[in-house]
Amino acid sequence: MRQRSLQHDSEGRLRHLLTIEGLKRQQIVDILDTAESFISVADQRVRKVPLLRGKTVVNLFFEASTRTLTTFELAAKRLSADVLKININTSATVKGESLLDMLHNLEAMQCDMFVVRHADSGAAHLIAQHVAPHVSVINAGDGSHAHPTQALLDMFTIRLRKGEFAPLTVAIVGDIKHSRVARSQIHALTTLGVSELRVVAPKTLIPAAVESLGVHVTHDLDEGLRDADVVIMLRLQKERMQGAMLPSEAEYFATYGLTEERLARAKPDAIVMHPGPINRGVEIASSVADGPQSVILQQVSNGIAVRMAVMSMTLGRAPTEAEGA
Amino acid sequence: MNISIQHGRLIDPANGIDTHADLHIAEGVVAGIGEPPQGFEADSHINAEGLVVCPGLVDLRARLREPGGESRATIASETAAAAAAGITTLVCPPDPSQPIDTPALVDLIRHRAKQSGHCRVLPLGALTLGLAGQQLAEMATLRQAGCIGVSNGLQAVESTAVMRRAMEYAASQGLTVFLHAEDPWLAAGGCAHEGAVSVRLGLTGIPEAAETIAVARELQLIEQTGVRAHFHHLSSARAVRMIARAQYDGLPVSADVAAHQLYLTDMDIGYFDTLCHVRPPLRTQRDRDGLRAGLKAGGISAICSDHQPLGADAKLAPFPASEPGISALETLLPLTLRLAEEGLLSLSEAIARITQRPAEILGLLEDGQGGRLGVGDRADVCVFDPEPYQELRAEDLVSAGHNTPFLGWEFKGRVNCTLMAGELTYHSCD
Repeated sequence: MRQRSLQHDSEGRLRHLLTIEGLKRQQIVDILDTAESFISVADQRVRKVPLLRGKTVVNLFFEASTRTLTTFELAAKRLSADVLKININTSATVKGESLLDMLHNLEAMQCDMFVVRHADSGAAHLIAQHVAPHVSVINAGDGSHAHPTQALLDMFTIRLRKGEFAPLTVAIVGDIKHSRVARSQIHALTTLGVSELRVVAPKTLIPAAVESLGVHVTHDLDEGLRDADVVIMLRLQKERMQGAMLPSEAEYFATYGLTEERLARAKPDAIVMHPGPINRGVEIASSVADGPQSVILQQVSNGIAVRMAVMSMTLGRAPTEAEGA
Repeated sequence: MNISIQHGRLIDPANGIDTHADLHIAEGVVAGIGEPPQGFEADSHINAEGLVVCPGLVDLRARLREPGGESRATIASETAAAAAAGITTLVCPPDPSQPIDTPALVDLIRHRAKQSGHCRVLPLGALTLGLAGQQLAEMATLRQAGCIGVSNGLQAVESTAVMRRAMEYAASQGLTVFLHAEDPWLAAGGCAHEGAVSVRLGLTGIPEAAETIAVARELQLIEQTGVRAHFHHLSSARAVRMIARAQYDGLPVSADVAAHQLYLTDMDIGYFDTLCHVRPPLRTQRDRDGLRAGLKAGGISAICSDHQPLGADAKLAPFPASEPGISALETLLPLTLRLAEEGLLSLSEAIARITQRPAEILGLLEDGQGGRLGVGDRADVCVFDPEPYQELRAEDLVSAGHNTPFLGWEFKGRVNCTLMAGELTYHSCD
């Protein structure tokens, strides 16, 4: 299968980052280690490292985003890359041909990396199949398929707080069906070998055959939270009411919303995560989101270091220890 | 013009013939088998030594794109591809750009097909006006104009009441209804089978129930209305069993399967291979095995190409935004022969599924108008080489659409020549 190795180069190194699926455990650990080396950069207020000097990174966002776009931009700038931002109105239909035309035009302007967000699953793969050999592609979210850098920064945050993955019980709560974040988290957590991985939601928000990804399914939040070490809440889109997926936000919060009382079923030192943006009072109570167990803001700041790591590694310039320190 | 096809292995499943015999053709019909009939003088000879001589293939479902989609393919280009694939009759379903709901459209398609002269094209008339599922199409008029049956194409007839009346009316006109079984609500927005692959890739799934619910509804209505019905391109094992059950109960239903469904599964999508984006979707290995079992048992009597030629740009898009379809005329015979090679069907039975059986469904067989090579029958003939493997390459495809996931596969069954009503429509260069 030629396509299986699309995100690796001939030496097995990461050329693109399109999905967590297919990454080796050691590769994920390497990314997290590299990210850790950049965290100290931030602490020392050394804003920039020259790893990507002379490289041009294009943020190609076909779908609105604030957080992801901003952290990618910051990450690229801290690596001394030139950054170009192209926002494409999603309502204007971008057909495959014109999408690839645009890419080839940008390549002709000597761009080295595309960070892509698109509403269709598989968009990043399509782009990676058609870029010039020197260009790397980072998937910043494609449809319901994958959001690998988000999952990596979540793993980074978990490792920072919990150390080892092996003993952990992790619960992912919410709209698994439409969530690219959940899919990437599931691949990352199963690859890193957590002890138990649960997904919690009503059947309408659980995709068919999700067990094949290696998760336990439960429709009962209390059962899902019991003795969990890590609780990951997912954002609930308002459109789900129209699609007859759920009756109302109020009922959803009453049944699946994370409150302090519900959280008490998890381990006392459990951490609470959320990829953002948060719907307070829909999937999570403010008291929990802002509470002592929440690591939501740390996730955001870790996002910059993790994206720096991925960008520097895919452009073939993994930093030495001296460079990182 | 009198032609003798000599020294070939004649396989004519409808007549139970599989023997080495010459085939003699005069005035567009079969004049004799074995020894030439008295007074027969051949004007030309075709040496079929080492080759198989069988009835011309009958394809129950192929989209030609014309009128309206000429940028992708034309009747001339696709019927030429059909001839190169040994096909002498093909059925063209309506679709929104060619709804085939007026006699003028029927005339146009038939005229263009006749003009190019490569293959007989039998249009399916619209079941409802504009395929909108609201008002009945002028079915009797469409039949008069030359439609072989009626169909709503891939468009759903949402209203059960309209479907019932359409079937009642078709039954009154003695027309067969050709059905694409898909519940429009369950299939909405979907692009792949709902299962392990769609969950992994984050693709909106089309559940098996989208097919089985539609099959169940149509079977109830078929029973009630007494219409003769044919299900196009089944994709799920469960639907196959439902139809076999209905046949057992005596309902006048038949079914076909697209050749690619007998080989590919949703796993072949891999990482978003848009060439495997088809409708109905590729389902699981269990479904593929069920379709094969149904074919062997006979509940599915025919294999069709479900040909859909597309331009390159149609597949150069993220999977959900890419257009479904496979350019499939030229793999119909090779994929069918492979079933014989794999031992699922005998060679003669495999050939029957793309000749005799589809001709039977279309009502051509009994009149000797296709699918059979008895004396006096229309001389639609396919001569192919059953032996050497040959790689399928894009540059060898005659169809304007090169969208096939089978490029690089090795196949037997290269067509040597094709005759339609005794006229040579294709001859390979060597």
